[in-house]
Amino acid sequence: MEHELGFALSNAWLVPALPLISFVVVGLFIRPYSAKWAGIVATLAVMGSAVMAYAIAWQYFHLYHGEDHPAIVPWTIEWLRYQPGMSVVMGTLIDPISVLLMVVVTTVSALVHLYSNGYMKGDPGFGRFFTYLSLFTFSMLGLVLAPNIVQMYVFWELVGVSSFLLIGFYYQKPSAVAASKKAFIVTRFADLGFLIGVLTLGYYGYLSFPQLSPSIEPGLAGLSTSGLQPFDFAYINSPEFLAYFAPMQVAFFGFSLLTMAMVLVFMGAAGKSAMFPLHIWLPDAMEGPTPVSALIHAATMVVAGVYLVARLFPAFAASETALLLVMVVGTFTSLFAAVIGTTQDDIKRVLAFSTLSQLGYMMLALGVSTMAHPLGYTASMFHLFTHAFFKALLFLAAGAVIHAVHSNSIWDMGGLAKKMPITHLCFLTATLAIAGIPPLAGFFSKDEILAAALMNHHYVVFGVAMLVAGLTAFYMFRIYFVTFWGPHRGHGAEHAHEAPVLMWLPLAILAVLSAVAGFVPMSHYIHIGAPLEHEGINLAIAVPASLMAVLGIGVAFFLYAGMKATARAERLATALGVIYRTIKNKFYIDEVYLFVTHKIIFNYISRPIAWFDRHVVDGGVDLSGWMTRTTGYVLSLGQTGQVQVYGLWYTAGALFVLLIFWAALG
Amino acid sequence: MNALTQALANQTPGLNHWLVLSTVLFSIGLYGLLTRRNAVGILMAVEVMLNSAALNFVVFNYFVTPGAFDGQIMAIFVIAVAAAEVVVGMAIFVAMFRLRHSVDVNRIDTLKH
Repeated sequence: MEHELGFALSNAWLVPALPLISFVVVGLFIRPYSAKWAGIVATLAVMGSAVMAYAIAWQYFHLYHGEDHPAIVPWTIEWLRYQPGMSVVMGTLIDPISVLLMVVVTTVSALVHLYSNGYMKGDPGFGRFFTYLSLFTFSMLGLVLAPNIVQMYVFWELVGVSSFLLIGFYYQKPSAVAASKKAFIVTRFADLGFLIGVLTLGYYGYLSFPQLSPSIEPGLAGLSTSGLQPFDFAYINSPEFLAYFAPMQVAFFGFSLLTMAMVLVFMGAAGKSAMFPLHIWLPDAMEGPTPVSALIHAATMVVAGVYLVARLFPAFAASETALLLVMVVGTFTSLFAAVIGTTQDDIKRVLAFSTLSQLGYMMLALGVSTMAHPLGYTASMFHLFTHAFFKALLFLAAGAVIHAVHSNSIWDMGGLAKKMPITHLCFLTATLAIAGIPPLAGFFSKDEILAAALMNHHYVVFGVAMLVAGLTAFYMFRIYFVTFWGPHRGHGAEHAHEAPVLMWLPLAILAVLSAVAGFVPMSHYIHIGAPLEHEGINLAIAVPASLMAVLGIGVAFFLYAGMKATARAERLATALGVIYRTIKNKFYIDEVYLFVTHKIIFNYISRPIAWFDRHVVDGGVDLSGWMTRTTGYVLSLGQTGQVQVYGLWYTAGALFVLLIFWAALG
Repeated sequence: MNALTQALANQTPGLNHWLVLSTVLFSIGLYGLLTRRNAVGILMAVEVMLNSAALNFVVFNYFVTPGAFDGQIMAIFVIAVAAAEVVVGMAIFVAMFRLRHSVDVNRIDTLKH
């Protein structure tokens, strides 16, 4: 290797290892004794991780290989060997997007840990909370650094488990338990598709590997300490493998095998990123503590789906159908969720629908890009980066408000701008950032997504994305005006106080990040395929997009700023009637799911299976027991207790043996 | 003496005759062992079987190794063992009779319960 790897790069495994150690140490040894120290140790471990991640980012982007950022795998251990020279390894993949995600995850996680020390103070489950947070951080970093699809799948499930544990953190509350089960079952269902996709890709990767791997340029393999392996992203994404795999057909609507595999993988991604129609778990996941919503269900775990699609982007790009599906689902979700977000009353639910909508944005950005015009890829990662900061900030600020008001409903808040000035300022920054007002972070990434859609001639997608930009500004400023302006609506709002320093400090840091993250020259760091033809701001897009945002803010001001305006909003809602109620009830998607599961699946599938289990399977087991018992009973009849009867049997047996001898020896 | 008795008297019994006698004795003993209700009867049946076995020893000694005494010594052993067995058996029966006022083996079935 021409460049020496620095300490941080060659020891990248430390980044996930620190939270893992913290998980074990805090969970087993510290938690039973001291809640306070559990929080401190977990926070310090994640901060250590974050420092390590910054060192890696610095070394990777500035010291190593200059302008060209190749993927490297500086550390691996062999995990499963199924043939000499072919194995599944656990390792750390360092490439631009994994470094980006690593920085985002550790930063947000460290700030959320810090915030949680204040937010969860006095909670009986304080130590347990930090144990789970450490587990989640470890799993997420393992997912981000996965060099092959098997490791990614393993950590994919681990983040699912930690998400389940944290949503159900308040396990005494039936609604939290129901929400955690819902999240787990929906994502598990999606992961079934992912698993089949992984197995399909892996199977053909394994078949073709001996024949294709010598022709793959050694640059890819040489940078990995374990050599190229069939499950590696580097192999699956290689043009040689895709050229081998793409022409294969399945006897199924004439899809190619590649399309089928990628659609299945996308199903897993859609489940994790809560894309329509698998979005139903995310709004309910808000039952978890607010820091969890900020970390897992806004900034990090839910973007794992986007990350997966980006990770396998060359493979997706090789199948037009799969990429089209990504685009359609992403676009639809972004619009659908934004529309619902305009009517919800629970502040965290509005933010949840906003997350859905923004995740849809990232997906559509990936969907519109191709290997020849890859701007959307960069834009998607850029939006992921900026969104993580402002959405985590929104959730944490909402948490501070909820903490002060003791209610989730925006109609119990109001007039908090004076009571909580720091929180107000931070929330306003994030709201402006997500609305896409220049020069805050959201403006730049959104602009790039819009540019990507327009430049690849997806005019409908562009139009929808424009509309969603307006809607986003509208619903975000709706909750902003209702929460922070106007009169105090509830008892809690009158007695609200500013959050403690441990809580507003992370808010302030995130507010600064939300403000400046847009100035990171993302296209310089992250690109794929052909060189980008567009850099910087395109005024033809930026101006209308900003106008849409201002329009959204204006409408929100007209309808929700102050008492008189709110009355206007109510009149509008009444006038819209059925349409309003449908949107308010989230288009009855939950009811459709309930109908399908309870009325159809339970009655026509589960009950017959249960009957079969109870009567046929259990019956068979019972039968064998019954037979043994009956045989024993029949034989026990021979046990008379009369020695003479035993003697008779013995004599008869002896005679029988004699007869046999006689017959045999003749 | 009629002719039949005379003919029989002139016959010397051979090995087979003695073995038939032994088998008959054994079978009678076995039948008694399996069918008698009275424990004392069973003991007597066992004695018959033991004697049939002792007879076998003597007979084989006489016909197979005429100069030796091994079989006769074994027969004496059998008689001695049988005597000891009767003593023990009768003692048990007396104890049993004191306890249950009966030595009917059909009613001695606590092994079943």
